[in-house]
Amino acid sequence: MNAWLANRIALCLFWLGAGLVLILLLGLLFFILLEGIRVISWDFLTLPAATTRSGGGIGPQIFNSFYLLILTMLMTIPLGLLAGIYMAEYAKKGPLIELIRLSIETLTSLPSIVVGLFGLLLFVNYTGWGYSLMAGALTLTVINLPMMVRISEEAIQGVFPDLREASLALGATRWQTIWRIMIPAALPALVTGIIITSGRVFGEAAALLYTAGMSSPALDFTNWNIFSSASPLNPFRPAETLAVHIWKVNAEAIIPDVKRVANGSAAVLILIVLIFNLLARWLGHYINRKLTAV
Amino acid sequence: MAKSSFSFKTDSWLVKRKKYHEIGGKALAFVCAAVVIILTLALVYFISTKGLAAFFINKVSFKEFFLSTQWWPDRPPIEGGPKVGALPFIIGSLAVSMLAVLVSAPLSILVAVFMVEIAPAWGQRILQPAIELLAGIPSVVYGYVGLILLVPFIRDYIGGNGFSVLAGFLVLAVMILPTIISVSTDSLRSLPRQWKEAAFALGSTHWQVIRLVLLPAARSGIITGIVLGLARAFGEALAVQMVIGNTRKIPTSILDPVMTLTSAITMDMGYTTTGSLWNNTLWTMSLILLGLSFFFILTIKIVSKRG
Repeated sequence: MNAWLANRIALCLFWLGAGLVLILLLGLLFFILLEGIRVISWDFLTLPAATTRSGGGIGPQIFNSFYLLILTMLMTIPLGLLAGIYMAEYAKKGPLIELIRLSIETLTSLPSIVVGLFGLLLFVNYTGWGYSLMAGALTLTVINLPMMVRISEEAIQGVFPDLREASLALGATRWQTIWRIMIPAALPALVTGIIITSGRVFGEAAALLYTAGMSSPALDFTNWNIFSSASPLNPFRPAETLAVHIWKVNAEAIIPDVKRVANGSAAVLILIVLIFNLLARWLGHYINRKLTAV
Repeated sequence: MAKSSFSFKTDSWLVKRKKYHEIGGKALAFVCAAVVIILTLALVYFISTKGLAAFFINKVSFKEFFLSTQWWPDRPPIEGGPKVGALPFIIGSLAVSMLAVLVSAPLSILVAVFMVEIAPAWGQRILQPAIELLAGIPSVVYGYVGLILLVPFIRDYIGGNGFSVLAGFLVLAVMILPTIISVSTDSLRSLPRQWKEAAFALGSTHWQVIRLVLLPAARSGIITGIVLGLARAFGEALAVQMVIGNTRKIPTSILDPVMTLTSAITMDMGYTTTGSLWNNTLWTMSLILLGLSFFFILTIKIVSKRG
């Protein structure tokens, strides 16, 4: 009887705990979206931020976030994929692979502000670029590289090993086997992993404060000359991203409508992260279906 | 005769090309793996040299930095400055992150056990994506929600001015939930089914199975999750900075404002000049963060080795 009662009470507690966490999460999400959606309008999404007046938008910040994401991924994906291939296909057990694993663990567990300071030292000061998109992208690459290596290594290891052996038995080299057999078969897992990583890049702020900077120069969206300082495409201009903007307006802005701008920015940020999440699931399934339902 | 030697030539050319691709490919993959090591070494080297400068160039004593509570880095020497005791920040960081784990860990374990053991299929179908989603929410958003919901709530209903240790660790507790939950869930899922079945067959109740068989067996995974959560809480900068008020004093109650290592770095790095004493001590703080993440990695390694 006693054990029975304890069992009942404990099970109730588990339901309660899970319910509490679920309500907390959904509440958080709906709160952000409800507060923010009223603010979102075409003007808000496209206008530049105001410095002293109310009515500013977050157009350049959204652009900067996406541009920074693209620059980061252009470096992270090839580097991480090749390093993952090395880990999964070539590396032999020994001190070298242990060192790589230790490096990956170190980089993964570092607070992003510390990586940001490393970026400030190396990519901002040492290179002489100053606060710039490029410095921000390189810093984010340092943060995301370990994730990317792990994703590709696991994706390749998840492929049915018979495929590799069959390919090698037919006389293909390792390199051919990797690119023609393993990577295509690992594609669903790779794509899902890459999109989820992208979502994290999008939300990162602490590492960007002192690398990509907290300001956005006046941008001329008709100027596509990559070397012009007013061009949005110039990778050596400072660029405040959406996540940084949320922090910045709360910390030091003097505009009268801080709350409006912050609510809207948070909602947009959450929506984009949600879309990334859904896209990752859907695209993974889609590619999987395409590949297997021959 | 001529024809056969020609085909022999193409053959060897093909073989050679394959061989070059093979060697080149392997080398390329190796270089990329080496980049990971080089980046890590460079990071450790740069942060260490910059972080030690306060001690070796500015001649700050270890004792002052780690044990003094006097933080006046910009006070001129005539008034007895500058003083760079970072103890309030260290205590602030420890207090906020440990309390966050204290709140978050039990709740996370409840949810993890619920997901693996108790929830019906529909419950898992809702919880799993919800937790993945929660993990994807950017930390500034957590900080912002803390700022507009939690801080006013504490000010109006509990006391103080709202910006407090309490607000800081509650924000962090929610933020590290998904980390602890997902690691614990993985560890519980990987247990062999037979253990559970054997315990049931012996007449245990569900609670007894969970308490006496599953949780002890998944212990190392759960501890790993908790350490990872602690590491994340300790290193979080902006979400915490937004809600803790940032005063340079050791808090005496959880309603007092506080400052952490990360928030000190965040706020002052932009306003101090490179090479100055104040600036150098900020690098020392980042060296502490680096050292602690090594400590956390080591803890996880020891825990998982013991099993």
